[in-house]
Amino acid sequence: MNAHQIWIAFTTIVVKEIRRFTRIWAQTMLPPAITMALYFVIFGNLIGPRIGEMGGYDYMSFIVPGLIMMSVITNSYANVVSSFFSLKFQRSIEEILVSPVPNWVVLSGYVAGGVARGVGVGIIVTLLSLFFTDLVVHNVLVTASMVILTAIVFSLGGFINAVFATKFDDISIVPTFVLTPLTYLGGVFYSISLLPEFWQNVSQANPILYMVNAFRYGILGVSDIDIRFAFGMVIVFIVLLFSTALFLLSKGKGIRS
Amino acid sequence: MTNALEIVSLNKTYDNGHVALKDVSLNVKKGDFFALLGPNGAGKSTTLGIVSSLVNKTSGKVKIFDYDLDRELEKAKTCLGVVPQEVNFNQFEKVEHILVTQAGYYGIPASEAKQTAEVYLKSLGLWEKRNEPARMLSGGMKRRVMIARALIHKPKLLILDEPTAGVDIELRRSMWKFLQEINDAGTTIILTTHYLEEAEELCRNIAIIDKGEILENSPKHELLSKLTKQTYVFETTPPLSKAPELDGYDTALTYDGAIELTVEQGRDLGTFFDAVKDEDWKVLGIRNKSNRLEELFLSLVSSSQDLNSKEQTK
Repeated sequence: MNAHQIWIAFTTIVVKEIRRFTRIWAQTMLPPAITMALYFVIFGNLIGPRIGEMGGYDYMSFIVPGLIMMSVITNSYANVVSSFFSLKFQRSIEEILVSPVPNWVVLSGYVAGGVARGVGVGIIVTLLSLFFTDLVVHNVLVTASMVILTAIVFSLGGFINAVFATKFDDISIVPTFVLTPLTYLGGVFYSISLLPEFWQNVSQANPILYMVNAFRYGILGVSDIDIRFAFGMVIVFIVLLFSTALFLLSKGKGIRS
Repeated sequence: MTNALEIVSLNKTYDNGHVALKDVSLNVKKGDFFALLGPNGAGKSTTLGIVSSLVNKTSGKVKIFDYDLDRELEKAKTCLGVVPQEVNFNQFEKVEHILVTQAGYYGIPASEAKQTAEVYLKSLGLWEKRNEPARMLSGGMKRRVMIARALIHKPKLLILDEPTAGVDIELRRSMWKFLQEINDAGTTIILTTHYLEEAEELCRNIAIIDKGEILENSPKHELLSKLTKQTYVFETTPPLSKAPELDGYDTALTYDGAIELTVEQGRDLGTFFDAVKDEDWKVLGIRNKSNRLEELFLSLVSSSQDLNSKEQTK
């Protein structure tokens, strides 16, 4: 396939993915908006004033970047894991397997679909947050690039999960038992400086901490960690996960007998 | 002459140890209408799965229009269209979207794909359904959508894995006509089917596979010439209660009182009519018990099974 044909194949997958998650918007776009609105009301409006300041900002302003990032993470992951697993389950993966579209294009297409949903939901949550706080972006470049890179990381994670999944239960295990705890413990609701030194050190092994803090730095200008390290780590994750996913695709793991 | 498909010493052993293919070699000529026949579990779908890159081979070589699947996979895939046995599209998508999306995987722009989709959807009687979600279609329509989808990039080789399974006879005939037209237009077709009448009607060359091994691979006329016996059914009035005993003929009675007469290939039936002309019953009609290919298929597969059971006994 030449470059033009590859571009058509890539956009075909991306458009198909966007059409899929927008067609079922009540399952994909609405629930995170409602959940995050509840977080804003309960943690920001009701409990927040009793907590006072966090990292030099009122509690609502502190948690908004974390909650936006949380919705980006969960939605980019969920989009790819459910879409690619459904593709396997319905055997419509065969439509792609018989075609000449290269594996890296297939992977990039699904990841782009995950990024589209993650960023789309992130924008909805950001707009919702404006009802509760004044949001001034400190550094647009850091904010936008970290959100996109994070969505790429978790889209790749969702893809690998879907490759190994053999039943629907398998696509909810990682989000429930890995992703949610890491997100909640990744500094969404608190600054790790509140933790004892031992738990601060343990928290630094959580990659989501770096993503949330880099994004928070982009919006508020404050962070518990060095954002250069955060960007480096996210890029390393992308390279490792992309290589792994591509290797699994080329071996036909979970998709070819 | 270039072969549309060349398979050399193909072997497949699944992870559970099941040996699905044993040293299968097969050539399909460009422009052919080729049937791959065999009982359930014979290895037909595994063979076609490997050709379509849906199944990993254990060893062997596969070439599609001289493109080696191991070295020139993308080019080989571009030549190939596949209609699988089971419905495998997203049933929530609209019919036209399914076709245009498939074309996109081949790098065909949507505007061009829509024109091709219109041609095939009209030819297959699906144009009125183009904006309907695929789940709303009948089983026969879904099969036709899969045929249109497989043709959307104008492949040179079309593989159909039981395309008319569960399709009513009228629709089956119209699908045969369509397939004959695209074969006449130059598309090579490989077909698997359980309807041997379909293979006899459509195909010029036939291979029979059983237990992962090719038992026969010949032009249809050569294959049918190997048929040594034929069985005819004579409907009589009144229906008989006992099969007549006739010198030189093997006779039996059907449940509804008709005569089943098995004769050597080439033997004329005149002596049968001479022998029964003075009986107090008359022949109302005559037909083949089963079609010729079916008889040959059953004899080949049953002799292969006999051979296997003898080997196991040893």
